[in-house]
Amino acid sequence: MSPSHDARADQRTKTAARGEIIEIRALVAHPMETGYREGPNGAVIPRNIIKRFVCKYAGEEVFAAELFPAIAANPYIAFTTVATTTGTLTFEWIDDQGEVQAASAEITVT
Amino acid sequence: MLMLMLWGSAVAQTPPQDKRSGFEFMSPQTQAMQTDASSNPGMLWMIDGERLWQQPQGSADKSCASCHGTAAKSMRGVATRYPRFDERSRKPIDLAGQINLCRQHRQSAPPLAHESDELLALSTYVAHQSHGMPITPAVDSRLRPFRENGRRWFERRLGQLQLSCASCHDDRAGARLGGSVIPQAHPTGYPLYRLEWQTIGSLQRRLRGCLVGVRAEPFEFGAPEYVDIELFLMSRAAGLKIETPAVRP
Repeated sequence: MSPSHDARADQRTKTAARGEIIEIRALVAHPMETGYREGPNGAVIPRNIIKRFVCKYAGEEVFAAELFPAIAANPYIAFTTVATTTGTLTFEWIDDQGEVQAASAEITVT
Repeated sequence: MLMLMLWGSAVAQTPPQDKRSGFEFMSPQTQAMQTDASSNPGMLWMIDGERLWQQPQGSADKSCASCHGTAAKSMRGVATRYPRFDERSRKPIDLAGQINLCRQHRQSAPPLAHESDELLALSTYVAHQSHGMPITPAVDSRLRPFRENGRRWFERRLGQLQLSCASCHDDRAGARLGGSVIPQAHPTGYPLYRLEWQTIGSLQRRLRGCLVGVRAEPFEFGAPEYVDIELFLMSRAAGLKIETPAVRP
């Protein structure tokens, strides 16, 4: 179980120096149901995991990941990129139910 | 001589200076997961609770904030003194029970189900306002019989395995049960995110886990016994700091 699946990101504006390597951390609310578990009625709970997670920085894709059933619920994804320009980081992920979620955060580069 | 006398009077009780939160029994990795808000999955419910706090509910069309204003002010320290005595029912009430009472009497909304994400989110948000503050159980003589009842349940051998809470958490704390260290059972971080559950859960869920573990039949969610046990546990944990939302293995 996880809280309502609305997308959320820390909306505080972050600042970095141009050329600096920045770490981006995302904690995604998602049940990551493996498809191997049975419910109380004995029926298999259908698989519902995030299939793909993408981060775009000022429109350009800087990170993408494929996820698998062995990844825990509410996955924590951390990666680095180089601060190039002031702009928006957008995060997008799609799960087995075809639900596309998005979140964004602003970054100021000086 | 003095030391010997102290030991004599406090058999199997953890001396206050050795009182330790379950946090201290965890691996450094799990500790880091809890401490860093950006990796603590319990924060997802905290953020959800923040949203629900503002959201008008029920036919009264009131939100929590309509009466209580800013939670950071009005809810600060509240979780350190729960469960408290409820005048209306003449019984002790836990934080989740109080949230549902507010829903019924102030918001004219149906109560939230036990272990529902909404109730856990609101409880987490409210309890988080006391983060870092020491547990200071309510001084109220009317609570005494209930707290004593909680102590009796804590010390009573139950289930097919005939183990009491005290058999493990007083007598064997720090030892291992299979691969896991047995903590002292201080409810410092509820609702907490348990890696085994893959979600956040209440103290009642945790107590049910132990009851099933000793092969006893657990009480239903919301049973008064749980609140009595919580009363006893909170007085036993007095002085330890609130960690909500904690992370546990």
